[in-house]
Amino acid sequence: MNILIKNGRIIDPSNNIDGKGDILIEDGKIKEVRSRKPEVRKSKGGMGGFVSGIQTIDATGCIVIPGLVDMHTHLREPGYEYKETIRTGTRAAARGGFTTVCCMPNTNPVNDTITVTEFIVEKALKEGSCTVYPIGAITKGQKNEELAEIEALKRAGCTAFSDDGKPVTNSLIMRRALEYSKIFDVPVISHCEDIYLSEGGVMNEGFVSTILGLKGIPKAAEEIMVARDLALCRLTGGRLHIAHVSTGGSVELIREAKACGINVTAETCPHYFSLTDESLIGYDTNLKVNPPVRTEKDVAAVKQGLKDGTIDIIATDHAPHHMDDKTKEFDAAAFGISGLETAFSLGLQLVGQGVLDLKQLIMKMSVVPAEIMRVPKGALSPGSDADIAIINPDKAYVVDPSGFLSKGKNSPFKGWALKGTVEKTVSMGRIYEWT
Amino acid sequence: MLNSKDLLGIKELSPEEIYQILDTASGFRDVLKRDIKKVPPLRGKTVVNLFFEPSTRTRTSFELAAKRLSADVVNFSVATSSVTKGETLKDTALTIKALGADFVVIRHSSAGVPHFLSRVLDLSIINAGDGSNEHPTQALLDLFTVLSHKKKIKGLTVAIIGDIVHSRVARSCIYAFTKLGAHVRVICPPTLTPPEITNLGTTVFHNMEKGLANADVIMTLRLQLERQSKGFLPSLEEYFYLYGLTAERMKVAKEDAIVMHPGPMNRGVEIESEVADGPQSVILEQVTNGLAVRMAVLYLLAGVRK
Repeated sequence: MNILIKNGRIIDPSNNIDGKGDILIEDGKIKEVRSRKPEVRKSKGGMGGFVSGIQTIDATGCIVIPGLVDMHTHLREPGYEYKETIRTGTRAAARGGFTTVCCMPNTNPVNDTITVTEFIVEKALKEGSCTVYPIGAITKGQKNEELAEIEALKRAGCTAFSDDGKPVTNSLIMRRALEYSKIFDVPVISHCEDIYLSEGGVMNEGFVSTILGLKGIPKAAEEIMVARDLALCRLTGGRLHIAHVSTGGSVELIREAKACGINVTAETCPHYFSLTDESLIGYDTNLKVNPPVRTEKDVAAVKQGLKDGTIDIIATDHAPHHMDDKTKEFDAAAFGISGLETAFSLGLQLVGQGVLDLKQLIMKMSVVPAEIMRVPKGALSPGSDADIAIINPDKAYVVDPSGFLSKGKNSPFKGWALKGTVEKTVSMGRIYEWT
Repeated sequence: MLNSKDLLGIKELSPEEIYQILDTASGFRDVLKRDIKKVPPLRGKTVVNLFFEPSTRTRTSFELAAKRLSADVVNFSVATSSVTKGETLKDTALTIKALGADFVVIRHSSAGVPHFLSRVLDLSIINAGDGSNEHPTQALLDLFTVLSHKKKIKGLTVAIIGDIVHSRVARSCIYAFTKLGAHVRVICPPTLTPPEITNLGTTVFHNMEKGLANADVIMTLRLQLERQSKGFLPSLEEYFYLYGLTAERMKVAKEDAIVMHPGPMNRGVEIESEVADGPQSVILEQVTNGLAVRMAVLYLLAGVRK
């Protein structure tokens, strides 16, 4: 099928394009991009060379950008299909403007063997609405004892390795993972948490945990592991990626490490720059997430980290849960936020606040994650997959989790007035229309 | 008139509401001195005691308070309930509603459970202790007891000693005494100090003698014996040496200082018998006052729901 997307504002940082123009898609690949910057525009319309008999999408008033790439998604399949499936999770992704997601291995069974990796890859090709790259486990069964077969998993399709959900508590194993993974040039993604310090904690430790009477997780629980992994990264020269940075202290550690030339990248998630622990007053379990949302100071530090490049990317840490896992005592409720369908709008708030410009936001949500994962995504180059999000950045809406395509309706942003509606997503050779 | 159908915590109450409860309790305190102690206001109402944690004194106190007001009382305790069969909290709550209860008195080891129930149920929820969050009726009975001795709260120095970080009694008392103008000190080891507690207007002491100096009210808390194994304390002996309330230490407080304890006590761990049974102790009065305060709470909440 051939598609022509016309009249949108094309922003493609990889090819240094930002201007009105048209994109022609042939057989699921980008054929041609014609940017019509007003000052250089010659012919009226500018699509004279395009063939007829094609489906036309009018993107007037919208930005047309490379599909978003999420480095940190929980699709829950296999094993927890009641929370999410590859089908529903990728549909939620496409709805949120994502055309690529990288799914974490804490499924049941854990993605530590090629059987599981192949299952995910095949299922995603068959039922998925976007491209899925699995992330393999660092250790067998995420048990922190022996390395998983990183070579075999890489060959089966894994693009990174992580024991996400849990930290690699054994420093020697983490050292070996960072060393061994160098053979394959794959990132090792670290869930930074000192489980002795965080034990029993359900929210940020601080004044708000004191007045709610809930057990806190101190910032040090994250920062100690960030510091350890940076030291191991320096020691080994492996590729370290720090997941879900939530504290100002972590941002500082990473900033210093980068200044020293350590081979590290880092991500944060929309909730860490949009929410503080004060929002937990009232005990809404939809705000329970690990690491926990922190304080205003941390939010400011995370934003500064995004602005100055210390934090390379924004990932969702999309962690869908069934309502039964959230309709519980706060202590007993599951950790996690359903994030795919609100991420870009929350990112746009950073643009509104002057933290990032639109191009930088697209870099952090598409271009750079693709670079870190070494996958051919995040660019509108001729010949590449037609992975495109068409977004009206000015259109306002109110978040209604009951309408999410994800099975997980666990959003702390319910009722928030946001801007930026994903109008259409082009993914896997199909056009998804959302409005 | 109270502003809410529920009593979730002292945090949510205004000083006026607190005084209204205390005034009402004072009337019921007189009723309890009569020969016939039963009055009719809650006739035909049902109070469910929903206790997910073991409790004797609080549950008994609520039960008796409800009976004195002529309500029917049902005790729903975790050991005998379907919770042990895997029922969720929400289903338990809805079951109680379907049974036609008017009040749920809830105790649970997780903070926020009464708030959860108040969202699920339209009947009156009374918090009888939720995790480390609040135990509002305990703080109200403490206020009542102090008032009966000191005639005022404003300007008093109240010292609370012990495991502050895990204590819902400490939190409720800090809110209660602070709201009515007292100055609250907490005396505890750094390992049992809640983060940023000074933001509540309290002063933190790690030394007993300094913390007790010139105190009007001394409240010592039960030390959960498992704190030692969790690494908060090296030993109970060391705790008693540093923070045990002894007659010797009492000397630095005001001469007419009163000693309180929410019970149950560990004699020789947080308090020595000479003090617990001494002339300054008002510990048993607290128990009697608890009954009057809980009657007042039930009575006033019934008024809100009318």
